[in-house]
Amino acid sequence: MMIYIPTPLRTYAGGKDAVEIGAGTVSEALDSLTSTYPELRKHLFTAEGKVRAFVNLYLNDEDVRYLPEKENSQVSGEDTLSIIPSIAGGRL
Amino acid sequence: MSTLSITESVYEAIRAHGEETYPHECCGALLGKPGERGWVVADSVRAGNTRTDSAHNRYNIAPIELVRIQRSAREKGLEIAGFYHSHPDHPAQWSATDFAEAHWLGCSYVITSVAKGKAAVTNSFLLAGTTEEDKRFEQERIQVEDAPDESTEEALQVSTSIRTKGK
Repeated sequence: MMIYIPTPLRTYAGGKDAVEIGAGTVSEALDSLTSTYPELRKHLFTAEGKVRAFVNLYLNDEDVRYLPEKENSQVSGEDTLSIIPSIAGGRL
Repeated sequence: MSTLSITESVYEAIRAHGEETYPHECCGALLGKPGERGWVVADSVRAGNTRTDSAHNRYNIAPIELVRIQRSAREKGLEIAGFYHSHPDHPAQWSATDFAEAHWLGCSYVITSVAKGKAAVTNSFLLAGTTEEDKRFEQERIQVEDAPDESTEEALQVSTSIRTKGK
């Protein structure tokens, strides 16, 4: 599957905007990604190993948090995983 | 100090967006490429503000919209260079909320103050640092450039106008 890397994390992924990964689940894909690029780990996960709250993971067009099996969701070679930090703010 | 280079049309488009959504905050993404002194913005994409409960002082872009923007940028050979939003009847300075919710390290956050429905000051802040723990906003210079045309690079350089913040 293809994992799309957001602008701020490309520095830690060899400058790539997309990485091809062979994996059976979302979790395996993230493990493989962070094994290849260890510096990504602290940007994606908390010290407890949970995906950081502001990091959104989208399997194709679906939010992984809302999939029945979440990060254990199965993936195939045609799937894409987008890593998207959140965007919010306001004047107060 | 880094510089955000932005075409006149994009600069005007993001300011106009703030006027259109007044008294609510507008928001969107900036697409471009890294330059020697900072991001060079070539395009902007409007996004919906999902904070309909408090749109006059909050904004949020739905993650799925960001996914599509990122996909679109890639197809155009561009990157998400940063984001913009407006501060209705409030200075064009980042707020504690803006800082707490800023996670795109290395990207530019552009804020336009909209006073009584009219775009006033536009500022840009680079989210500097390498982690959530050492991140900080650094004000950038905004360089507004005329859109490139078919003429030579020399002509482009001559026609380049430089505006610092606070048009």
